[in-house]
Amino acid sequence: MTTCDVLIVGAGPAGMATAMRLRKAQIDVIVVDDARAPGGQVWRAAEQSADGMASVLGADYRAGREAIARFRASGARYLAETEVWRLDDGWRAFTKHRGTIDRIDAKSVVLATGALERPVPFPGWTLPGVMTVGGAQTLLKGARQIPQDGVWIAGAGPLVLLYIAQLRAFGGRIAGWLNTAPRSNLWTALRHWPAMFRNAPDLAKGMAWRSQLALSNVPIIDVRDVAAEGDGQLETIRYTTTRGKTHRVDASLLLVHEGVVPNIHATVALGCAHRWSSQQQCFVPQLDAFRMTSRDDLYVVGDGGGILGARAAGLTGELAALGILARMDRSSAKDRERESAVLRARLERETAFRGFLDTLFLPRRAVLMPDDETIVCRCEEVTARSIRQAAHVRGSGPNQIKAFTRAGMGPCQGRQCGLVISQIAGSESGKDMDSVGYLNIRPPLKPITVGEIARAAKLESP
Amino acid sequence: MFRLLTDPTDEFVRITIDGVDVSARKGEPVAAVLLRTAPFTARTTTVTGAPRAPYCLMGACFDCMAIVDGVASQRTCMIAVCDGMRVVRQQGKRTQTP
Repeated sequence: MTTCDVLIVGAGPAGMATAMRLRKAQIDVIVVDDARAPGGQVWRAAEQSADGMASVLGADYRAGREAIARFRASGARYLAETEVWRLDDGWRAFTKHRGTIDRIDAKSVVLATGALERPVPFPGWTLPGVMTVGGAQTLLKGARQIPQDGVWIAGAGPLVLLYIAQLRAFGGRIAGWLNTAPRSNLWTALRHWPAMFRNAPDLAKGMAWRSQLALSNVPIIDVRDVAAEGDGQLETIRYTTTRGKTHRVDASLLLVHEGVVPNIHATVALGCAHRWSSQQQCFVPQLDAFRMTSRDDLYVVGDGGGILGARAAGLTGELAALGILARMDRSSAKDRERESAVLRARLERETAFRGFLDTLFLPRRAVLMPDDETIVCRCEEVTARSIRQAAHVRGSGPNQIKAFTRAGMGPCQGRQCGLVISQIAGSESGKDMDSVGYLNIRPPLKPITVGEIARAAKLESP
Repeated sequence: MFRLLTDPTDEFVRITIDGVDVSARKGEPVAAVLLRTAPFTARTTTVTGAPRAPYCLMGACFDCMAIVDGVASQRTCMIAVCDGMRVVRQQGKRTQTP
């Protein structure tokens, strides 16, 4: 068993920034992370990657190396390949590192567990040969591997543009991009235009990706519908263009992406209050000005509290650190106000682009409300029809639907279907999303063997 | 389905997938090796027995589960390759002795 002042779960930009700011005040910090090295998803393997590789992946990725080096030198205790599978009040965290179970006691806990790609249910999305764009990018950064042949991409969002640029730089080939974001979104999104210019570097970056793509020979096809077909593996992609024409193309690999959503698994399990964000079409934990949840001494930093991007994630981490220092009586109210005012000004600039992006890449309705035949729960193979039927039983919310259909009961514990179940329940009942709510989540938060639970028993008391 | 961008400093080790000898880069996620090894799948599902392949590569979807060194239902995207590792694609429901 170990103790510390602050336990941080996740060593991405937000977790590392929180740790570094706390270390400046000599606070005893432990950071646990499930990956082999710090960096999170955005800076995955940045430390280990060769110079050439890092340069091709871009300046933002290279910047990660500096941040990781500073984090390593900060004096925070860092535990790699370590997962928190249970978190009890007080706070007592039960961890797993390879086969070893341990317990960490902390006065405050900071969840820096980031985002997940939004579940994108569509016909055939469970076939081998269909993967997420984020998954393919993880393979590029973490395993230096790219698709063998020309790859099809279906979806929309900044990550799609970034991955296309990165893949092309490594000699990969894009067979075509099926753009699911309606062109009309652009006109609605442009009402955010004055704010966009407050974050000129990101605006320039996005426009560069888009113009490189326009100059390339990558076919960009505006679609309203996509389906994957094949016997045991992807063989054909069927898509319907926005003009209503249906086409079929042979394909062995289709990458999909409809943006990212906060990973709320732990905050739901811990009973934190959440609210529905209609702008981002997801649930977010309710946070105070210093990122504290509705539970005392439990914080959420980075994209786990709403999608703001990597640079903003670091700033939210610093804000949480200031909140923690104040609650520990380690900083004066005056110092905190001065420093947080600077952080908030930077945060506002970093996130100036967000309204535009959220509107431009608002997920298409078919993904939020899949048709009856589509599998929603990948693990238990439950279709949207079964979920709708369960929702029609008087007053059924996500947890009744789960009990009726087993949707959300499989190994992933609702990570891939939870949001869609809530959205279907909301649409069928006509209730607003805040009253529909989300699946109940209970520990273990991560997979664990019975033997490991038994070994945890001797760590239970006091 | 995927191919490696190799580097002269790479260190390769031998692992087995369903008993077949496969070359893999030391430290890469096991799921990455599965995506280079036909039929590019990790398991079949417990309900209908449908084949599944690694999908999210960040430990969230659980579709890449396989039996690694005798332990079933391991997320192969979260496990690093080491020399002599035995990977077995998981078929349907778990049995008492995988």
